[in-house]
Amino acid sequence: MTLDKGSIPADPYGEAAQVAVASPIEFRLDSSTGLPTYLQLVQQVEHALRLGYLRVGDQLPTVRDVVASLAINPNTVLKAYRELESRGLAAGRPGQGTFIEGTLGRVELPALAGLRRSLLDWMDGATTAGLDEDGMAALFASSLWDFRNRSSADKEVVA
Amino acid sequence: MNVIETSGLGKSYGSTWALRQCTLAIPAGHMVALVGPNGAGKTTLLNLAVGLTTPTAGAIQVLGEWPAGSPAALDGIAFVAQDTPLYKNLSAGDMLHLTRNLNRRFDRSFAEARLADLGIPLKRKAAAMSGGQQAQLALTLALARRPRLLVLDEPMATLDPLARHDFMATVMAAMVDDGVSVLLSSHVMTELERVADYLVLVSRGRVQVAGEVEDLLAHHRLLTGPTTEADQYMEHENVVGSRRSAAQSHLLVRTNGTKEIVPPGWDAHPVGLEELTLAYLRQPDAAALPGPARWASTSLEEAAR
Repeated sequence: MTLDKGSIPADPYGEAAQVAVASPIEFRLDSSTGLPTYLQLVQQVEHALRLGYLRVGDQLPTVRDVVASLAINPNTVLKAYRELESRGLAAGRPGQGTFIEGTLGRVELPALAGLRRSLLDWMDGATTAGLDEDGMAALFASSLWDFRNRSSADKEVVA
Repeated sequence: MNVIETSGLGKSYGSTWALRQCTLAIPAGHMVALVGPNGAGKTTLLNLAVGLTTPTAGAIQVLGEWPAGSPAALDGIAFVAQDTPLYKNLSAGDMLHLTRNLNRRFDRSFAEARLADLGIPLKRKAAAMSGGQQAQLALTLALARRPRLLVLDEPMATLDPLARHDFMATVMAAMVDDGVSVLLSSHVMTELERVADYLVLVSRGRVQVAGEVEDLLAHHRLLTGPTTEADQYMEHENVVGSRRSAAQSHLLVRTNGTKEIVPPGWDAHPVGLEELTLAYLRQPDAAALPGPARWASTSLEEAAR
């Protein structure tokens, strides 16, 4: 019996080799973000990469470990790991587990400063239009959602 | 393989139909949440699946090929009934012994190791255990039978938050370790949101929604806009339900996938499992049933001929 239809190797969780080396990170869940659980896991890996907690070659927690500590559906963890693979950040090794493969290009400081400036300009514009801080946050969140939808729709077209 | 496949399934008690025209095809590998109000037919469906009761109409097969209640079906399914019933005067060890002798397959060393992990002494009587320990003991007895389908009827209703978490972690780990599929009935939506990846919603004895949670959420949106315009969309068949006030209205709509149809001036938001479930429960006439269930039912009917 397979857990998920298709494309799962015979030992999808890497339980065969019970490697003694623990993953450098542990996941947690925050129900207040409103983000789907699998995206929370993806974000935490990206965050750990940016902050240097995770490096190339590090092992991610096994699906069983994540499931047993967070009490979430194993398919959710598999989905997160597939998403990390499709982003080129991790790769599954048959019988061993999932390992970090890529790095996240850090945004260089000058670019970051420019982006921050344009965001501040946008906020000035929003204030002039009568939007308060909560309104801006709501608009940003809703636009981000549109953006995410658009990019995933693009991906489907490409695929 | 479908862990549960029903076609026109019905169960009546006297003149009252507890469940009717239930057609489902639930694939293996999922944690299925069976949701609905009290008296909707959840327990009836579970009892039919585990063979504790027989259908009045239609047919039900489990684990791909076996009629529910047949010996092969019973071997492959473990059932933890409401409130995890145990013999209160028996010790954990006695119950292991009893369960082993009542079943063709029972992994005693697994059960003993798990109880040791949980810190439950074999000598302890069920009556002396906490609610969480009783639930874990019942779950251990069920899992030691090495089932392919684990059926849980409101298992967590009486547990405290930590015991719930530990209980669910055990169930999820069993999915990983043994590839167990899980069918769990509950009306506490919040605890299902994280664990369930397949939803079956029953209401008034009928299956109202069935499908993978991800697909269901991807195909529903909450549209928010002015009430003055809401009426013209209300008649649209894709509107599941609405909440309207003088100025603003929220419409929960079913979308058909790729193209988002958002009227000008309206906002579209993603919906959560709880919001979606509540919207359907408020509108018992609305339904979201997948095509595959119907195809499967015709094949099942053909097979029965």
